[in-house]
Amino acid sequence: MSFRVGVVTFPGSLDDRDAARAIEMAGGTAVPLFHASDDLKEVQAVVLPGGFSYGDYLRCGAIARFAPIMNSIVTAANHGFPVLGICNGFQVLCESHLLPGALTRNSNLHFLCRDQKLKIENTNTLWTSGFTAGEEILIPLKNGEGSFQCDDETLNILESEGRVIARYLDFDPNGSRNLIAGISNERGNVVGLMPHPEHAIETLTGPSTAGLTFFTSALHQLVGR
Amino acid sequence: MSLDTVAIAEENPNSVQPFAELGLKEDEYARIKTILGRRPTSSELAMYSVMWSEHCSYKSSKVHLKQFGEKAVKSAALLVGIGENAGVVDIGQNYAVTFKIESHNHPSFIEPYQGAATGIGGIVRDILTMGARPIAVMDPLRFGLADAPDTRRLLPGIVAGIGGYGNCLGLPNIGGEIVFDESYAGNPLVNALCVGVMKHEDIKLATAHGAGNLVVLFGAKTGGDGIGGVSVLASETFNSAKPTKRPSVQVGDPFAEKVLIECCLEIFKADLVIGIQDLGGAGLSCATSELASAGSGGMDIQLEKVPLRDPTLSPEEILMSESQERMCAVVEPAKIKHFMAICKKWDVTATVIGEVTTGERLHITFNGQLIVDVPPRTVAHDGPVYNRPIMKPSYIDKLAESTFTVPLPTAADEVKAAVLKLIASPNIADKSWVTSQFDKYVQGNTVLAQPEDSGLVRIDEETHLGVAISTDANARWSYLNPYEGAKLALAESCRNIATSGAKPLAVTNCLNFGSPEDPEVMWQFAETVRGLADACLELGLPITGGNVSFYNQTGSVAILPTPVIGVLGVIQDVRERTPMGIPAADLDLYLIGKYNGNLSGSEWAYLHGEIGNSAPVANLEMEKRLVDFLLSGQSIFESAHDVSNGGLAATLVESVLKNKIGARIELNDVANALFSETPGRVLVAIAQNKTNDIAKLAVKYQIPIYKIGTTGGTNLEINQAVISIEELSKAHTETFPRLFG
Repeated sequence: MSFRVGVVTFPGSLDDRDAARAIEMAGGTAVPLFHASDDLKEVQAVVLPGGFSYGDYLRCGAIARFAPIMNSIVTAANHGFPVLGICNGFQVLCESHLLPGALTRNSNLHFLCRDQKLKIENTNTLWTSGFTAGEEILIPLKNGEGSFQCDDETLNILESEGRVIARYLDFDPNGSRNLIAGISNERGNVVGLMPHPEHAIETLTGPSTAGLTFFTSALHQLVGR
Repeated sequence: MSLDTVAIAEENPNSVQPFAELGLKEDEYARIKTILGRRPTSSELAMYSVMWSEHCSYKSSKVHLKQFGEKAVKSAALLVGIGENAGVVDIGQNYAVTFKIESHNHPSFIEPYQGAATGIGGIVRDILTMGARPIAVMDPLRFGLADAPDTRRLLPGIVAGIGGYGNCLGLPNIGGEIVFDESYAGNPLVNALCVGVMKHEDIKLATAHGAGNLVVLFGAKTGGDGIGGVSVLASETFNSAKPTKRPSVQVGDPFAEKVLIECCLEIFKADLVIGIQDLGGAGLSCATSELASAGSGGMDIQLEKVPLRDPTLSPEEILMSESQERMCAVVEPAKIKHFMAICKKWDVTATVIGEVTTGERLHITFNGQLIVDVPPRTVAHDGPVYNRPIMKPSYIDKLAESTFTVPLPTAADEVKAAVLKLIASPNIADKSWVTSQFDKYVQGNTVLAQPEDSGLVRIDEETHLGVAISTDANARWSYLNPYEGAKLALAESCRNIATSGAKPLAVTNCLNFGSPEDPEVMWQFAETVRGLADACLELGLPITGGNVSFYNQTGSVAILPTPVIGVLGVIQDVRERTPMGIPAADLDLYLIGKYNGNLSGSEWAYLHGEIGNSAPVANLEMEKRLVDFLLSGQSIFESAHDVSNGGLAATLVESVLKNKIGARIELNDVANALFSETPGRVLVAIAQNKTNDIAKLAVKYQIPIYKIGTTGGTNLEINQAVISIEELSKAHTETFPRLFG
């Protein structure tokens, strides 16, 4: 049977069709979900895509968290439902308190689009189980507010519990604490990632195909259930 | 201020009106009176003044631009030609592509961030209006000297504005140009290109047909921004002696535009509009008069229905407002409910403001009082036409008779120093400080982007069909010879397209010049148009539209004549594209095409304060064969990179640095070979067992080829000069961060 993964479109979402493409390429069925409905359409996982929801004129993700679809996602996620937030989706997850911390302006204050090397730190989450620990990958990073910040206590918890799933390697693109590129919640079902795995699924249009592993990881895990 | 109605205008024919302040000349004002048989109301005066401005009416350029139509080849690929919001080209498989380039020069000088941002917004709406989903943008930019204080004000702001708006719309930025020259000080050029794709049956036009059909204004509310921007900003030279006229530049809201795009595409998909027009320069004045003018009847508009951001706006201001992110559609009454439901889904404000009538006039009322009663064509299309005096500038012959010398390196250490100096110069240096602020990945179809020769985007994921776009201009050649300069710009743009593996299909242009009231500038313009029209004819390419930006001058100093030429190409299988970077060691490097050693207009001459004496003469017959050679050779080329600004030296360095794979090169007459920018040349890398294949192609297309070296190693070696990749990279990449932080 086919595995249904929802992709939420908020007003201002941009990489929603790209996330859908990655899901399909990984072997799943992408199901469009609209912000204004609380219906998860029986999907087995959800991706919150990149973009500028509501223009990001307030804090990034601050308005999107109030969308009806987010009520359903937050409730489900607290019961183990798999959620991947990419870029703006990561910001929405922080604003929704599904993940700790916040994403702030890049340290050089510019939007930055580059092919970024990452080191995968945690392969125990639903979305990273297909990687080997310590694996180095190259995927696009593109954002203006990608600097991960949190207090010392939260940072200690994230580090000691192994919840940092990926770190920037060789180059600090934005001043994130401990070079954090992505984190997970305690259970490992909710993952937020600043770089864009959905733009590294074919060498024709991306710097590698390593991004696809985030999506195949989840699909393999879901098959096992 | 009391309302000036048609009745009052008839009663008080002699009221003094501020036509001069609105940018109208005395005879133009008289002509309006003749058309109407009375003095215009203040609202009518506002409409005519913005629509008859240089920016909207093309009054100085029209007599020349008609060559584009007269000389044009009949192209089966052209589905919609000049005159609509943007031309549309058939690329096969039932896909149609629309693309256009426009200037936003003056607003960007006043307010760099918003000026550049709304430039992107405007061109994207032009593309959307045709029924297409916008798929990519590009931005050719020109500034004064790189280290000038004003450039440091303008460049970061303009770049941030393009990124801030384009990134938020989800449009990949796939290329452009950045050129510095002192002539652009005070007159930066901010051109923006957008390309969009649709199916043939989805093409939409700006027309209002069918009495009783409704006129709907949708998108952002109308505010006081950009009022008079068109007539005063874009149509008058900045002159420090006069009091400065600085009406507000429009403020962009990319989120509103993104939502508007999705809303429009859903509306188009449901086939809910008869005609559609975006509101750009001249706002509602333009949209209502153009829609009505292109239709079969008249139009009635109730202006008080326009939703306002600022309730104090007068009717004249509502008509002139250039508030962004607005569209105007003509919708059948039976479909209005569905139309409104889609707008509601996307939270887009939509208001019926009038209807199409059986009459022939555009009537606009404000709270029941008639304030505009005009034949729409006289506003939209029958503006004044000037055949302005032209005079060949004296500098041209003077330069042609002059001689110039620049230092030419010969010894190995001199060659090395010269190459490093050239590639660190702002015009040749690495531009990733700029391009990394643009999202090139969004939509997931970008196959090639800057610094590649052309931007290349996949259209269909199943069939792998794609399009390529390149924009080019060599303003120094245009300065030396505007006729040849235009031809050379087109040739270069086509060559860039073919170098990436796509077939040139259609042409757009953005012609940036000084004041048309200066006969010498007008001569440059006339020669440019003549050159471009002739070149398109010879290359068999249709011009699908364009834009003219005059008055790019401060006092009596005009910018270099800068015709930016955009070419669209089609590639049947994007997987077959050829990138610029050397991909591997042990390949043979060939220089395709012959150089003549002329350094006129070259970057090397410019670095020594010389412009030279004569532009190259374009050999389009050869360029055509070169394009065929390049397209035929795609399967054997491992990489290909055009030789243009900075000559072979820049081409070699860029090809080496892309993948950090070195090369060993042998050249005779090394300085001229490295720095001459002779057109019609490309550097290609091929596997060593393909020697016979490339030789056969060379014979078939009669293109001279020269094996100049092989790839590999960690250096670029030119004869005895050895430059490490580290040294090249440092010189190439440090300039922009040093200049702009």
